[in-house]
Amino acid sequence: MLTLRLAWRNITGAGLRTWLNVGVLSFIYVLVIWHQGILLGMQRHAVNAMISDEISGGQFWCRGYDPFDPLTIEDSHQNIPTDLLSLIDEETATPILVRPGTIYPKNRMQSILIKGIDPDQRILDIPSSDLQDIPHRLPVMVGKTMARKNGLTQGEEFVIRWRDADGTFDAIEGHIVSIMDTIVPAIDQGQIWVPLADLQELSGMAKQATLVVVDQQVRGLPAAKNWVFKDQANLLRDVNDMVNSKRGGAVFMYIILMFLAMLAIFDTQVLAIFRRRREIGTMMALGMPRIRVIGLFTLEGILLGILAIGVAAVYGIPALYYTAQKGLPISDDTSDWGFAVASRLFPAYSAALITGTVAIVMITITIVSFLPSRRIAKLNPTDALKGKLT
Amino acid sequence: MNAIYMTALSCFCLLVLFFSPVWAEDLSGEEILKRIDDNFLSSGSISVSTMIITGRRGTRTITSRQWAQGTRKTFTHFLSPPREKGTKMLKIEDALWIYTPATDRLIKIAGHMLRQSLMGSDASYEDFMEDPELNKTYDVNISGTETYLDRACYVLELTAKPGSKVAYHSRKFWVDKERFLALREDLFAKSGKLLKKVTIQEVFRVDGRWYPKRFTFKDVLKDGDGTQIIIDNIELDAEIPEYMFSKAALRR
Repeated sequence: MLTLRLAWRNITGAGLRTWLNVGVLSFIYVLVIWHQGILLGMQRHAVNAMISDEISGGQFWCRGYDPFDPLTIEDSHQNIPTDLLSLIDEETATPILVRPGTIYPKNRMQSILIKGIDPDQRILDIPSSDLQDIPHRLPVMVGKTMARKNGLTQGEEFVIRWRDADGTFDAIEGHIVSIMDTIVPAIDQGQIWVPLADLQELSGMAKQATLVVVDQQVRGLPAAKNWVFKDQANLLRDVNDMVNSKRGGAVFMYIILMFLAMLAIFDTQVLAIFRRRREIGTMMALGMPRIRVIGLFTLEGILLGILAIGVAAVYGIPALYYTAQKGLPISDDTSDWGFAVASRLFPAYSAALITGTVAIVMITITIVSFLPSRRIAKLNPTDALKGKLT
Repeated sequence: MNAIYMTALSCFCLLVLFFSPVWAEDLSGEEILKRIDDNFLSSGSISVSTMIITGRRGTRTITSRQWAQGTRKTFTHFLSPPREKGTKMLKIEDALWIYTPATDRLIKIAGHMLRQSLMGSDASYEDFMEDPELNKTYDVNISGTETYLDRACYVLELTAKPGSKVAYHSRKFWVDKERFLALREDLFAKSGKLLKKVTIQEVFRVDGRWYPKRFTFKDVLKDGDGTQIIIDNIELDAEIPEYMFSKAALRR
């Protein structure tokens, strides 16, 4: 207790030097937590958006289908197996047919994917019901990024061209009935959405699909022959890997920040030992064991860290709370980021994130406080009293 | 550009020349098509052509030399401009490869890539892949006669035979009654929508056959004036070594 009181008195007595250290440490706490929170928020947002708009509880892919290999799209269509049809009938799954095609918005040619979806589906949170627009032969829904990049507007018409099952060209006027507000690039860029039944009929692929999206509530999925099930973890692997790689890149920044913290504490300790050598000699002369003197100096460093937690809480909690509530505006065009990113980013702070960050900083502070204090063990009390360091 | 030339020749059957004294009025649509198919094909041809592409950013001129064996094999070597020089393209049956010297890579053109524009022209790679033997794949009907470009023409309407795997569901030809050369061809989608149009501006005679000297290929769904193709010279029934139609030849 005496050591604690002494340590507290020493750091409060150090005045501005203490508060500079505390300021630097608190800034590091806040900055690391804030940055980790951004990455965590980005990951959660992307995952939630993908689950909601694209993958739900997982997808059955017809054999050979690979969305990342355009060469597989042409032949990726099969009759929907009976097991999956029963899920579709129970409205716990929805089929999607994907066909390659070309559109001519404003008489410019662009290769795209045509995706057919049931307008009545409730599995994915996209406005597919807008495709029930009967007056138009082929109602079309496009994502907002696709619309922006191609200058498409609601009500606009353009020619859609594709090949049917026999490889024969067909073309029809599509009418944009809906601009889908989604941040998921995989359902937005380079594609248009049309009613499934229309696409099946126009392509000569009745009762066929490329993939079947399953609701999250479904348990005990059937094994569909020639169809491969991709669960959520599998479908989210890319986005998780991408965020983790960004997190890995951020480690470099954390190392620099931790180095700053270490430097501040280390310098303070070395200076304190030099300036307080007579005090050290007096304490040892009065019978304080060397280990307690070392403990005193180490404790002073730890107290700086604890004090920094308090200071960080004073200004950090309101600041972090504010950003978590209001979000941070980022680039208007995040479509090239490769995964779902909203125009405002809402950081997320978990208890594990905060305690983990605090623990790492505290452990670092303890170590760098202890290292210079080891020199005290080698001090001769008489020399110390004379102001000598040996 | 020779590749486009051959494509146009084959896809759109632009050339028919008969030395037979029989008047065409005596021929049925099927017979005309058969004559087209029979007379069009050359055992081998070597040609040099120029393709003029007019786009929003100006005009580009591409020249190429092409070796063709029947309708199944073609090898194209682009000669200019410097950006395209050395690019080679090989078509064997329904497979297409392209070699670019800048990357020293051989790329198989398949899937969605077939839908992309060929060198920025109005033709796509898949146009290049069309099987030209129309008689096998289309039913034909002579729908009437018209005067087109001051030439008396038959109007032929072709509709894909059930189950035949063709790119265009229907085609319409304006065939010169005297020269049996299709002066214009319209290509339609299954829905009846006009997709592409080929028109001849100038013809010439080679080895007793009428060939288009200058013609325009136009994707009617796109803006622009289309792509003009000029046949600079052509040698018919030429002997072409088999190694020309190998992937190894692309890197040579």
